[in-house]
Amino acid sequence: MSDVSSNTMDALPAEFADLLSSEFRGQRRIVVPADRLIEVLKTLKEKLGYDLLADLTCVDYLTYRDAQHRFGLVYNLANTETNQRLIVRCFLDDPEPTVPSAVPLWAGANWLEREVWDLFGIRFAGHPDLRRVLLPEGFASHPLRKDYPLQGRGERHNLPVITRAEG
Amino acid sequence: MPLSPLSPSAELAADRTQPYLWTMNFGPQHPAMHTTLRLVLTLDGETVIDAVPDIGYLHSGFEKLAEHLDYNQYVAVTDRMNYVSPLANNVAWHCAVEKLLGIETPRRCQYIRVIVAELSRITDHLLALGAMGLDTGAFTHFIYAYSAREDLYDIFEAICGARLTTSYTRVGGLKLDLSPTALQMIRDFLRRFPRTLEDMARLLHQNRIFVDRTRGIGVLSKEDAINLSCSGPVARASGVTRDLRRDEPYLAYGDFDFDVCCDRRGDCFARYLVRMDEMRESVKIVQQAIENLPAGPVNLGDQARSILPQKTAVYTTIEGLITHFELVMSNRGIKVPCEEVYAATEAPNGELGFYLVGDGGPRAYRARCRPPSFIHFAAFPHLIRGHTVSDVVAVLGSLNIIAAELDR
Amino acid sequence: MAVIAELPDNVAVTKLDELVSWCRKNSLWPMPFATACCGIELMSTGASRHDIARFGAEVFRFSPRQCDLMIVAGRVVMKMMPVLQRIWQQMPEPKWCMAMGACASSGGVFDTYSVVQGIDRFVPVDMYVPGCPPRPEQLIQAIIDLQAKIQREGTLWGREFDAPSRQQPKRALQES
Ligand code: SF4
Repeated sequence: MSDVSSNTMDALPAEFADLLSSEFRGQRRIVVPADRLIEVLKTLKEKLGYDLLADLTCVDYLTYRDAQHRFGLVYNLANTETNQRLIVRCFLDDPEPTVPSAVPLWAGANWLEREVWDLFGIRFAGHPDLRRVLLPEGFASHPLRKDYPLQGRGERHNLPVITRAEG
Repeated sequence: MPLSPLSPSAELAADRTQPYLWTMNFGPQHPAMHTTLRLVLTLDGETVIDAVPDIGYLHSGFEKLAEHLDYNQYVAVTDRMNYVSPLANNVAWHCAVEKLLGIETPRRCQYIRVIVAELSRITDHLLALGAMGLDTGAFTHFIYAYSAREDLYDIFEAICGARLTTSYTRVGGLKLDLSPTALQMIRDFLRRFPRTLEDMARLLHQNRIFVDRTRGIGVLSKEDAINLSCSGPVARASGVTRDLRRDEPYLAYGDFDFDVCCDRRGDCFARYLVRMDEMRESVKIVQQAIENLPAGPVNLGDQARSILPQKTAVYTTIEGLITHFELVMSNRGIKVPCEEVYAATEAPNGELGFYLVGDGGPRAYRARCRPPSFIHFAAFPHLIRGHTVSDVVAVLGSLNIIAAELDR
Repeated sequence: MAVIAELPDNVAVTKLDELVSWCRKNSLWPMPFATACCGIELMSTGASRHDIARFGAEVFRFSPRQCDLMIVAGRVVMKMMPVLQRIWQQMPEPKWCMAMGACASSGGVFDTYSVVQGIDRFVPVDMYVPGCPPRPEQLIQAIIDLQAKIQREGTLWGREFDAPSRQQPKRALQES
């Protein structure tokens, strides 16, 4: 694979030995339970130098074959010194999927978490300002969930009409 | 008691309820708002105490659409993501798909992808700087930038037939090889372009108005840049020496000799300088790539089982026709592993990555795009606090927010 | 006698309509409602190579109060539609609306939950420009066509806008 980087991280430190970890195409991923998430992220940031939160997103596994959980959060970390990457996964389930917010660790998580809330309906406990970011306030669904249809539920037609006479 | 214009913003932010503070709505339809951004500013006189961005005025469901289109079709939608540099998005998308599939494209394809990605970096920076000049009152600069962009549009048209919606890449290759005409046009452009850059630099570098309006405005420190997840020229202008082309070499970037352009000051002027320098580096890269362009096919052979066959093969041979239908029929298509992968490229605006989840079928189960504009716009309130209303446009221009990439 | 009594009315009205339409069509002031990729082509049309000034439509005004042609360039999503409607209402009569590109005309490739499937469902549209994005030449052609339309139908008091067909949005809000 010369197309894309393959920065494998060295062995994880001992305190994470119990975490599930896997590798695909040179990318290391670890799975963290929700209650240990912040602790692990904090160690990664402060002790292991993963100082950049490159991305934060979510996947809805509702229709995925053999999936055990409904949602999977993806924290995409990078180390700006060594250019290693690490993907931290955290799985959640209905109802009321909630995880603690990462904003105290990275200010950049603010909008990323708002986006996940907006599109997937996952709550981030302790987030300073958890409002919708892309969709209008008052939108009823979370559109990137798999049970929401691509064409929507008619929201896009539900607007007032202006004719020449009124305009 | 009104505050003195020089009082630091940190104190001001504390008492936001003072009656002399007022709120101003900026956008979403405003010439300096780069299409559809909206800001709600809290002002003391003309000092900005706080800014609350409101986005989503162009949220068109790109990521949902990716779950309903196959890996080759979706490239047409990525054109519309950062519409100022569509080719860079095409390349980013198919790099991610190929990483998921675990295939490597031929050398020639990689070189051509580098060429088009760097050319589109130039178009992007030209528009960013042109618009930044325009917003700070330098209209002539914009005209220079735009006329160079028109030349590049001609080149893109010669390469792939469209000015803006290019859809140039395919899984495992490209739609078309570079024609000799296109190569010649690129060579001519490379010869002329440094001159244009010089002209543009002469117009703004020492322009008192421009320098006064950008130097020391919207300063982003290195720590904040990392903490706010910034990437690309915005981070590099603050001293973060991170460039994925060098740090995680993808495509053929390892073969070329180029510098990573950085600055330490982190203000609007530094971001302007970094973009200017990056265009020079891009010219260097394209020059090297053109001179050393390897011969050979641009597409992987169809033994890879996920590559669309050449159109001539489709029309003249039965195997080609069968392979074609195997790949484009809605219940067949490319077989991908049931895995997840993140692949990032250094797009003009910063790290443009795709997080792909494959479920074995022909369409992505989830295709998350990591949009640099979204992350940079989130940093905007941090940059503008304590500056004046007129600085809003300078800071916005220097961040180069593209609404379609911001909202997707 | 009868002829003289009728003629001045007749002649004067026709000519005034034409004169006014002629003035209007050659000084269209566009309001660039540019939201997405088409907006970039709209900028190209205004920039040096294609120079829309040759057709008297170069005075891009960002204040709707000063404009008489709204060019909607790009997709409009449900969060943006109320903004577009307000801007349309703020423009003084007579005014025209142009849907530039596939998205503004019909939703284009974005048949998704948030994109309005054609702005003509919610505001009146006089001219559609096909393409994704339309080339600058095509936009210029659309402006020339709109000028012809104004010359052909325009009246001093804007009676052409009173026709019943102009009163309705082009497509009813039927949706499967
Ligand atoms: S019609 Fe095409 S170019 Fe225009 S806004 Fe829509 S997607 Fe973009």
